[in-house]
Amino acid sequence: MNTLTRALKRLNGTQTLGRGRAFWSSFAVTAVVLTLAPAFAESYIVNNLAYFLLWPFMALGLSLIWGHAGILSFGQTAFFGLAGYSYGVISINLGDANGLTWVAFAAALILPTLLAAVVGYFMFYGGVRDVFVGIVTLSITLVMETFMAQTAGPEWAIGTARLNGFNGMSNMPPLTVPWFGGEALVLEGTPFYWFVLALALVVYLALRWLVNSRFGNVLVAIRENPDRAEMLGYNVRLYQLAVFAIGGALAGISGVLYTTWGSYITPSSMGLTAAALPIVWTAAGGRKDITTTFIATVFLLWLSQTLAVRGAQYALVLMGAILLGVVLVAPDGLVLPVVRAVGRLVARKPRSDTAADARAASQEVA
Amino acid sequence: MLATVIGFAYQIADTFAFLVLASVGLAIIFGMMGVINLAHGEFIMCGAYLTVLTARAGLPLPVAMLLGALVAGVIGMLLEYFVIRRLYARLFDSIVATWAVSLIATQGMLIVVGPSIEGLKTPFGSFELAGLSFSWYRVLLPIVALAILGGIYWIFIRTQFGVHARATIQDPAMARALGVDTDRVYALTFGLGSALAGLTGALYAPTMTTVPTMGSAFIVQSFVTVVVGGADVLLGAAPAAALLAFIQSLLTASYGQLIGQMGLLITVIVVVRMLPKGLSGWMLRRSE
Repeated sequence: MNTLTRALKRLNGTQTLGRGRAFWSSFAVTAVVLTLAPAFAESYIVNNLAYFLLWPFMALGLSLIWGHAGILSFGQTAFFGLAGYSYGVISINLGDANGLTWVAFAAALILPTLLAAVVGYFMFYGGVRDVFVGIVTLSITLVMETFMAQTAGPEWAIGTARLNGFNGMSNMPPLTVPWFGGEALVLEGTPFYWFVLALALVVYLALRWLVNSRFGNVLVAIRENPDRAEMLGYNVRLYQLAVFAIGGALAGISGVLYTTWGSYITPSSMGLTAAALPIVWTAAGGRKDITTTFIATVFLLWLSQTLAVRGAQYALVLMGAILLGVVLVAPDGLVLPVVRAVGRLVARKPRSDTAADARAASQEVA
Repeated sequence: MLATVIGFAYQIADTFAFLVLASVGLAIIFGMMGVINLAHGEFIMCGAYLTVLTARAGLPLPVAMLLGALVAGVIGMLLEYFVIRRLYARLFDSIVATWAVSLIATQGMLIVVGPSIEGLKTPFGSFELAGLSFSWYRVLLPIVALAILGGIYWIFIRTQFGVHARATIQDPAMARALGVDTDRVYALTFGLGSALAGLTGALYAPTMTTVPTMGSAFIVQSFVTVVVGGADVLLGAAPAAALLAFIQSLLTASYGQLIGQMGLLITVIVVVRMLPKGLSGWMLRRSE
């Protein structure tokens, strides 16, 4: 019991915003509404919700790397793409019988984590620092894009899976859960949505726990001053390597979910434009907090999709403008000021007793 | 045998020119301000578009090229004034801001001019040597690249701006105390770097298709050259480009383009591991 309460306290530590009753009740309401959504929403909307919920993993990983540990990674899409392609190649080769898609799923999470660990080892133990980390990571994702874009010929196949160059891979099987005796449960539509939602909730809570743990506090110490952290006896490189690998794994989750969601993955998912998007989402979320990053990512995805009806370019120009605006005038992101403004409005209610409550609530939300 | 040697030498010279031209603009801004300009590729794109559009409208090619460089330089100074200047104390944020500009410029160009425009013909024709055909224009590019490096050397060593710029790199506070307008130096440096990127786009405009995303064809190579060269552009750029051109040409000739690119990336990681300040840092330490 004691360990359980301690673990729960970790969820509410100082490295996370949203610690009050108001926050947790709205969190619970949101979770319940999202879980029940398929009961009253059309399948098109459910599919869309799954799409909105599968991207934040990558943004949360970047928030961890950039916001918490102060490492500038421009190449999270490298891990995203590697996960997607791994799932494609392995699942097409193994087929979807007997739940073998989960082997592909697991491999598609392990490979990007390993790549992140190897790249991280060479960078952090090799003395690559500051802006050079950004350059190396961005170069890696761009080289991977170039590589995949030139695999059009028939000689570029792994087993029975053609890589298909610029057009990307498609027609990989969806995740399936073998069912006793009966037909296998195919994770498509609503079941897939529930799977993504459950994963999102678990990862969100796990990350809250992680950033408030000793590990999370050391990351912040390293961000604030790596030399001081080193002098205090922390193995700075090991922490950086670990957080980079976790970030790679999170980008991998997004990559594999995206690939199963649309049953395709293309080289441009690792290109310069794609690589900019996690930066936009995380910056708009204020980088340093898991919750605001999550909210900002989902909101901006919805906004992009709404605008993309007129052409993807318009949405991307807006994303660029948002990034520029955030960097120039709102370094703490867009979510927190909005929440604070709402909190102030609520707090200004005339009746004094509710005003005090509301003020307390808004402080809790913040 | 002769054909192989000549072909290989041509390949190295061609890659050398590409690496020098792709990286000088980026290197000047990085060496001066520590900012990696992620919109570098878009300045190249800007120079290429202006060259193609004005040359097709009837302007002589060299004038069109200079115009492309000039406009890119002016846009660079505007970017410095309105964005970079506000972020001097936050280096990472200024880099992220240039990425935002890159995104806006690429996608904005897609909206304004569409996915591609009709290009220019490569001028001067070609000649034959030892049974191989070479383009005169591409043989000229390495010479132009060397001339540009010479010009930068002259600017930074001989002109008053160059003296002020070098003083600002060494110690901005002291330079200010001695009456150097460091803000102006930064703005001019950013403009010079952008103009050189524009010139690169202008020079390559007749040899490649002009598309809004063309900047990304240059960006990896420019990063790699800048990292290997180190902070001192005058010293580092040429040897870095020569070393990388040799490695890339050798690998490309033996194993294909992809291995050539990966070779570049591995070289960068090795160089950063062994010489964190790049070739120029190593050369400066040796000479002390």
